Amino acid sequence: VSPEAAPFAPLADLSRSLAGKRVSSVELTGAALDRIASLNPALNAFLTVDRDGALAAARVADARIAAGNAGPLTGIPIAHKDVLMTEGLRTTCGSRMLADFVAPYSAFVVERLAAAGMVRVGKTNMDEFAMGSSNESSYFGPVKNPWNPDYVPGGSSGGSAAAVAARMVPAATGTDTGGSIRQPAALAGICGLKPTYGLCSRYGLVAFASSLDHPGPLAQTAADCALLLNAMAGHDPRDSTSIAREAEDYARPLAEARGGKPLSGVRIGLPREYFGEGVDAEVAAAIENALCELRALGATTVDVSLPAVKHAVPVYYVIAPAEASSNLSRFDGVRYGHRAANYADLSDMYRKTRAEGFGAEVKRRILVGSYVLSHGYYDAYYLKAQQVRRLIADDFARALGRCDVVLGPTSPTAAFRLGAKTGDPVQMYLNDIFTVAANLTGMPAMSIPCGFTRAGLPIGMHLQANHFAESRLLDLAHRYQQATDWHTRVPTMAQRSGAK
Amino acid sequence: MALSLDDVRRLAQLARIEITPAEAEEVRGKLEGIFELINQMRAVETEGIVPMAHAQEVTLSLREDRVSEPDRRAQYQRVAPAVHDGLYLVPKVIE
Repeated sequence: VSPEAAPFAPLADLSRSLAGKRVSSVELTGAALDRIASLNPALNAFLTVDRDGALAAARVADARIAAGNAGPLTGIPIAHKDVLMTEGLRTTCGSRMLADFVAPYSAFVVERLAAAGMVRVGKTNMDEFAMGSSNESSYFGPVKNPWNPDYVPGGSSGGSAAAVAARMVPAATGTDTGGSIRQPAALAGICGLKPTYGLCSRYGLVAFASSLDHPGPLAQTAADCALLLNAMAGHDPRDSTSIAREAEDYARPLAEARGGKPLSGVRIGLPREYFGEGVDAEVAAAIENALCELRALGATTVDVSLPAVKHAVPVYYVIAPAEASSNLSRFDGVRYGHRAANYADLSDMYRKTRAEGFGAEVKRRILVGSYVLSHGYYDAYYLKAQQVRRLIADDFARALGRCDVVLGPTSPTAAFRLGAKTGDPVQMYLNDIFTVAANLTGMPAMSIPCGFTRAGLPIGMHLQANHFAESRLLDLAHRYQQATDWHTRVPTMAQRSGAK
Repeated sequence: MALSLDDVRRLAQLARIEITPAEAEEVRGKLEGIFELINQMRAVETEGIVPMAHAQEVTLSLREDRVSEPDRRAQYQRVAPAVHDGLYLVPKVIE
């Protein structure tokens, strides 16, 4: 791997080049910083770039490699979504409220990736407080889709998805509360994994909806996601919902040789609810083609039904705003973040601070959450939503008794034009129709590229499995990627820049 | 669902967010659309269904009762809008 081509390569290739001293971490990091400098003005994927910190970390990584203490991720650059706290570095959550907030400590997953020797190059743009599906609710302006800058990259981890898609960095972190890793991964043509709830600690993830928030990786391949998950997973006593379980090597099973039918014995469940009306014809056709490929690799398919899943979006838009209204009450202008300049008294300071600090979508969700939790409405909304959440989880448990992986499209359409849905929140929410259920159930889910529309926009395939069955998803995705090349496609703008 | 402007103003007061009359009207229309979506779930039969509060049936673990965090007040207060002698400054609330 030459430094110029570096961010194009999967992590395992970069790792081999680093170990073989064919490239140094300083060279790799420099290449990523150069690509960010040349591509970010057009894409707005990065909010903060830490050139000096990154080069210093790269020098440390090079010393570690020279000393023979390197792991598989040591020396490789990574970007973090700006909702993950990074000690000493601005952490904005895409909000005016935290526009100047420098995090006093780092998130667990940020610490873990740093301990693995990854080089933190900067922070990526996102929908404000992770509330959005297009990255247009960021206070710092929308991110553009590298495949066509007139289109959105998806959200809320749109900056991370665009950064990896344009190969500004080889990998990035994201967070997923209703699809915020998987939907942008689909719309940007890369891989994104939402792990099982509790597998990756939420410590230092600025909370949106605590029972639904998950950190996870965005990368070029399923094998890359496995390497990143190896570093990100683990028990953390500082998150009371973090689960203590024996460490699992997610990368090792992918390396096993299995011959021409590597998916023999794997049963893929096809929910009729994911293949009905509302799914764009080009998306449906790409999923059908992927199914042919998976059958050729030895998998079998079985029809399953998820009758309650049609309620997933309404349930989500009760639970997520309810939790958000509680979590975001901490932004009061007292301990951190924005404070209004002029106010009459304490109450006025709160109201003006929050009116100025939050954008329209965040305010709407806080108001919805305040309503569903308010006196007299709790049973009819919040409790009801938790009951329907149970029905949805029961549906998945039943379906996954008959299959190993539930498969469908990640998003009903490919990327849409900037501005196309900003006027209608409900249309925006319906982008998450296939992704929110995995947040409600806590089951792992991932999106991988499986085709393109005639207009050249990527299409994502969505895979869901039982709790802690990440290896199942990663293995299926990896075998598919060994037989196909959708994940190797790079947007034209990124190729041009790489050739400079 | 019909939301009145008074409803919107009451919610904004509950949420401690100042709202102008023009914003209240805009927000009212958007919230009505959102509640139309949300209300689709209210018809589901859920008699006897145990509410699911969390994605995993976990019991929260208790840690040992000992000091585990160092004093980082100075560091944490560095990001506060207004502090004095280690205290957060707010407008006077008691005359």
